[in-house]
Amino acid sequence: MIEQSIIQTDATLTSAEIREIDAELAHMPQKSGAAIDALKIVQSYRGWVSDEALVAIARYLDMSPEALEGVATFYNLIYRQPVGDKVVLFCDSVSCWIRGCDGVKQKISEKLGVDYGETTTDNQYTLIPVPCLGACDKAPVMMVGDDLYTNLDDEKINQIFDSNVDRGGES
Amino acid sequence: MENALIEKVLTRNIGPDLKPTDMTAYEANGGYRGLHKAMSGMSPNDCLEVVKASNLRGRGGAGFPTGMKWSFVPMGEQCSPGHKYLVTNADEMEPGTFKDRLLMECDPHQLIEGMILAAYTIQADLSYIFIRGEYVVAIQRLREALAECYEKGYLGNNILGSGFNLEMHVHTSAGRYICGEETALINALEGKRANPRAKPPFPQVSGLWGRPTIVNNVETLCNIPHIIDKGPEWFQSLGLGEDSGTKMYGASGYVKNPGCWELPIGTPVREILEEYAGGMTEGRKFKGFLPGGGSTDFLVEEHLDLPMDYGSIGAAGSRMGTGTMIILDDKTCPVGMVLNLIRFFAHESCGFCTPCREGLPWTRQVLEDIEAGRGLKEDLDTLARQVKYIGAMGNTHCALAPGAMEPLQSALKYFRDDFERHIEQGCCPYVDGGA
Repeated sequence: MIEQSIIQTDATLTSAEIREIDAELAHMPQKSGAAIDALKIVQSYRGWVSDEALVAIARYLDMSPEALEGVATFYNLIYRQPVGDKVVLFCDSVSCWIRGCDGVKQKISEKLGVDYGETTTDNQYTLIPVPCLGACDKAPVMMVGDDLYTNLDDEKINQIFDSNVDRGGES
Repeated sequence: MENALIEKVLTRNIGPDLKPTDMTAYEANGGYRGLHKAMSGMSPNDCLEVVKASNLRGRGGAGFPTGMKWSFVPMGEQCSPGHKYLVTNADEMEPGTFKDRLLMECDPHQLIEGMILAAYTIQADLSYIFIRGEYVVAIQRLREALAECYEKGYLGNNILGSGFNLEMHVHTSAGRYICGEETALINALEGKRANPRAKPPFPQVSGLWGRPTIVNNVETLCNIPHIIDKGPEWFQSLGLGEDSGTKMYGASGYVKNPGCWELPIGTPVREILEEYAGGMTEGRKFKGFLPGGGSTDFLVEEHLDLPMDYGSIGAAGSRMGTGTMIILDDKTCPVGMVLNLIRFFAHESCGFCTPCREGLPWTRQVLEDIEAGRGLKEDLDTLARQVKYIGAMGNTHCALAPGAMEPLQSALKYFRDDFERHIEQGCCPYVDGGA
């Protein structure tokens, strides 16, 4: 539910955000067609989509905030709450389940002190489950930020999260 | 392990020692030959006839003949003025499916060439690659490849002097399994919630923005350049049985060498499992398999000598689906595996129709009770009723819930004793299969 006071604020988009949204609008017959693109663009700059940002996007696309909220909350990769610096997308679909992802998830939860939907106290990671990541031959797998990690086990979880340095993915 | 005699078509540029292809590498190995051929003398109808004659069937799971799908698009004066659209469904999210990622990451131009040819055939002027946002590497490589195509004149206005114009965009999705359903995908492309649409009208007539639209799977489109280049007879000769071409097959679960391989369509299941996947992992025995993703029916030992093609797997009571098999072994709990799948489908329901939105969580609850040892004998009757009512096509708005019932109904058939043991013993009898 978006507060009336927020709808009335003069929240705005940055020129960089507008430039990217305009590029999507160029091949859309109507502005609302760019709703998902615009949410993703703003999220890429701000980390998540706040009420103020949502209202600003809606205004720019000539949509009601309520209609855009309906779109935003449908999609699991649009974050309507603050997330950590990196989102951990943990695959718990069938091939990863067969190969023991439940145990790996428990290890991550112990290691980071978070369950699904929670963010670490240092604000580094948010843990979220994700549908099958399409790397089932290397199960169990997960993404940390943009990087894919495969063949996960306890030792690998330690390696990935022990380092504060950005280690990058494997692929 | 890989048989040198088997002709590689889709994966001829893909291998452990090969780098992802750019324009130069792709063209050096015959790339864009199909495009040059089509643009210098083939009419859209010529292309359509070739694809029809090839007997190519959709590789996304349903197996609908591609040429026939394209033939429903209104052409010439039959079509009202305005855009037509060609969309690639690169939203690979079917549990246990990992073939399109490989094709896009390693050989992006092959997909793009297939899309240009498909768009030319139906005379589309705007095209989209609808790709899941998590496929970061594929998105990057497709964008680079698109830039190369515009520079080379393979995209844009008057492609290769043919007078044909085509724009192509990469649309990165924001998640949700249901986007793989083609009318849901179209709603997502229009910036809406991805609820599937009622059919008819079919997208071929009224799709994206109410205009004629073709949505094809990545692997399907990757076949097109080769079919145009080498002809339908050659393509038909690749298949071992009644189907044509090659297929990206895969195996995951406890096999020695999980992976994805391009083989002649109709290769027997046993050959894929033993020669390519290397057989079962030490200490684990084969118990059953889902032939092509999480929404296909289990098959068992007696089906291992079947050819992996649409007709044979269909006649056995399942579907080839995406062709990437998920293997169930003797130490993994079948009830737990079905529960995992039903949890997935219940979570991914778009919420539009009642049997799916309310029915799948109910099924999940019954399975959770059984898996946790709280099951009752009559729960099996409840599950059978759910399969009957949720699984019947026509009771739901789209195929998601009926698909979810497929592994459940076949598990009740082949692994009924496992369900009964859970109920009788009041616990999961498997050591490492509990959920």
